[in-house]
Amino acid sequence: MTWSWILPESFSTFAGDVDAIYYVILWITGIVFVITEGLLIYFVLRYRHKEGRKATFHHGSTRMEVAWTLVPLMIVIWIGVASKGVWDRMKRDVPDNAMELIVTAQQFEWQVTYPGLDGVLGTEDDFTLLNQLHAPQDRPILVYLRATDVLHSFFLPEMRVKQDAVPGQEIRVWFEAVAPGDYTLGCAELCGTGHTTMNGTLTVHSQVDYDAWVASQAQQ
Amino acid sequence: MSTTEQGMVQKAEPGVHHDHHELPFIRQYIFSTDHKMIAKQFMFVSLFFLVVGGLLATLMRWQLGYPGQPMPGGGILPDAMMAPTPGGAVMLPEFYNSLVTMHGTIMIFFAIMPLLVGLFGNLLIPLQIGAEDMAFPRLNMASFWLAVPAGILMLASFGVEGGAAGAGWTSYAPLSASGEYTGVYLGQQLWLVSLTILGFSSLAGAVNYITTVVNMRAPGMTWFRIPLATWALFITAILVLLAIPILAGALIMLLFDQTIGTAFFLPEFDGEPLLWQHLFWFFGHPEVYILILPAMGIASEVIANRARKPIFGYHSMVLAIIAIAFLGWIVWGHHMFQSGMNPMLGTSFMISTMAIAVPSAIKTFNWLATLWKGDIHLDSPMLYALAFVSLFIIGGLSGIFMASTPVDVYIHDTYFIVAHIHYVLFGGSLFAIFAGITFWYPKMFGRLMNEPLNKVHFTLTFVLYNLVFWPMHNLGLQGMMRRIYDFTQYEYLQPLQPMNRFITTCVFLLVATQAVYAFNFFWSMFKGEKASANPWNSNGLEWTVPSPPPHGNFAETPVVHRGPYEYSSPESDTDFLPQTAPPRRQPDRPLEPTPTPEGA
Repeated sequence: MTWSWILPESFSTFAGDVDAIYYVILWITGIVFVITEGLLIYFVLRYRHKEGRKATFHHGSTRMEVAWTLVPLMIVIWIGVASKGVWDRMKRDVPDNAMELIVTAQQFEWQVTYPGLDGVLGTEDDFTLLNQLHAPQDRPILVYLRATDVLHSFFLPEMRVKQDAVPGQEIRVWFEAVAPGDYTLGCAELCGTGHTTMNGTLTVHSQVDYDAWVASQAQQ
Repeated sequence: MSTTEQGMVQKAEPGVHHDHHELPFIRQYIFSTDHKMIAKQFMFVSLFFLVVGGLLATLMRWQLGYPGQPMPGGGILPDAMMAPTPGGAVMLPEFYNSLVTMHGTIMIFFAIMPLLVGLFGNLLIPLQIGAEDMAFPRLNMASFWLAVPAGILMLASFGVEGGAAGAGWTSYAPLSASGEYTGVYLGQQLWLVSLTILGFSSLAGAVNYITTVVNMRAPGMTWFRIPLATWALFITAILVLLAIPILAGALIMLLFDQTIGTAFFLPEFDGEPLLWQHLFWFFGHPEVYILILPAMGIASEVIANRARKPIFGYHSMVLAIIAIAFLGWIVWGHHMFQSGMNPMLGTSFMISTMAIAVPSAIKTFNWLATLWKGDIHLDSPMLYALAFVSLFIIGGLSGIFMASTPVDVYIHDTYFIVAHIHYVLFGGSLFAIFAGITFWYPKMFGRLMNEPLNKVHFTLTFVLYNLVFWPMHNLGLQGMMRRIYDFTQYEYLQPLQPMNRFITTCVFLLVATQAVYAFNFFWSMFKGEKASANPWNSNGLEWTVPSPPPHGNFAETPVVHRGPYEYSSPESDTDFLPQTAPPRRQPDRPLEPTPTPEGA
């Protein structure tokens, strides 16, 4: 059985930042965990009832209250501020030169619409594949995410991408893959009885291979 | 006003004013207006639902441990739930989705909430503040008897065509708004009606609790002498009063979308799916604090008593409860980070969510400081309470990961969230419930539970519980989604099969272990050692009356002289000093200073 606090390997440009924040939180919470649980166990053993033992009649300490209010507050606010930059980068700041795709979620498939040879969406040479997301590496991919029926969630675990697909809305989600390969495309929001089957593949090609792939699709 | 209510309103007059008239069986045990009986009614019904919720989880875990494999005994379930195959009955995805939905719904609404708020609210509030009953005893009776049909409807929904609700306990629209999407029609509607009725039950209780605490405290029971259990229940009641109406509104809107052609949440008619999420979570986040605050109150009572030491930082503990309740209203969007709402809201909700970690941390440090230099008696209520603290720490710390918006992108809707939920709800709330039931059992039944048996239950439950839920953090980090019928469809998740099977085995053992507590619970009622009024040498007012207390609780109106946590006080010959014990008078020294004669 595999068991680890280490995250599975990631393959996108912002994934490193996401994972870094995770590890920072892991360290901080890990230290707090060891200290608090350690004190709990220590106090329970050290001060357990024995004949003649008397508890100290002590009501509290304002100084301690202030200390253990301010220190946690500063730590969590710092984590929040550190997180904000990464969040803005992921959800708001789409880089220029992004290749655009449309992904439409529907019970129970992903319809991926490509711009075709002319590279422009919304023209006659667009083509749609089911459950197959192809993308070139080292190029920002901007997905216009839609849903036709219920909520789904566009999940690319190795890219650290997740975005709910909402019927009635078109939501922009982007990523940039750093290495070629076959990755997972999944649905992360309960969408009905076929939720478990809504899996597909993200295939990342080198730019050259990607162009060739587009050309071969266009011929079909 | 009826004569019965008149008799109850004359609370301020000392002396026994209740005749020992024999109430008929049905008025004493079925349609009772006595808060102590209503507390027991909530307890029995809720424990039943706790078992049902556990069985639903067991079924779910079968599918996760042995995906697509025939389940032993599955043949007794209808074909709509378990498809008959040559090898046996195999669970269908529609049934799995119902199990997921109903496990969450029943545990939250019909087990944890009524145990914490219905049982402990009813049992403790009047007794701890020195009142003879709640402010509105008949409304209290109505509160219980509204919960019963709600429960019946929820169970009945399993039997209707299309099965029980299957859109998750969070019931997101549009999935939940139309049977076309789930295959569930009447079941989803029954779910909505059941919860709406239950909402009225909760509101009735909340009105009662708030009024009682504000108006019916005994002389000397100032606000800062109220025990933390009652403080927590009082603040919780305010949350219930404000949050449940929003849920009710949302439920009715969804019911209308399903039945009468409205389109609040249906995008094809310009409705907005995200509106459901905002409404649900605006209720839902205060709801989770409703589910933890009373548990924290119970833990404080048990820890102070069993450590024979004042609770450390009583005032801070009260302020922390209030802070949690207040902040709980401005964090709901953290359930919606990936929902498509404006990312700027993600940042603001992240900051408020980070902030709400602080009052919970304060409470945890105060519990630890209460143990420090105490005289710690490790009997079973204390063991459960200590487990509460240790597991709540884990649940709280895991929350920081998902509070960070970028990390949440990865772990949202995965088993990491499932781990967090169960560490706070089971590790937290349920262990505190075990502590509370064990601690106040003698007060309810006049007998003590069997202590060695409880220690066995505690040990097995604590170990198995962690074996089940700790690995779920890892499952989530490896990318396993929630609410997924067959994760092996995903190649990258197939290596998680052995861990899922292990968890399933431990769940079977964990559920079976609860039989130990159930046996002890019923056996002790008849064969347990008889309990005195104050078997734990506690300071609270509930321990000054017999076990169990008579109708009307206090023979004379109690007078309170101090706070509830004066354990090991130098003023006392023993290690406790009840709130109502008269102040020690120094010899040859009057209580009041002699007035100075005028002109002197």
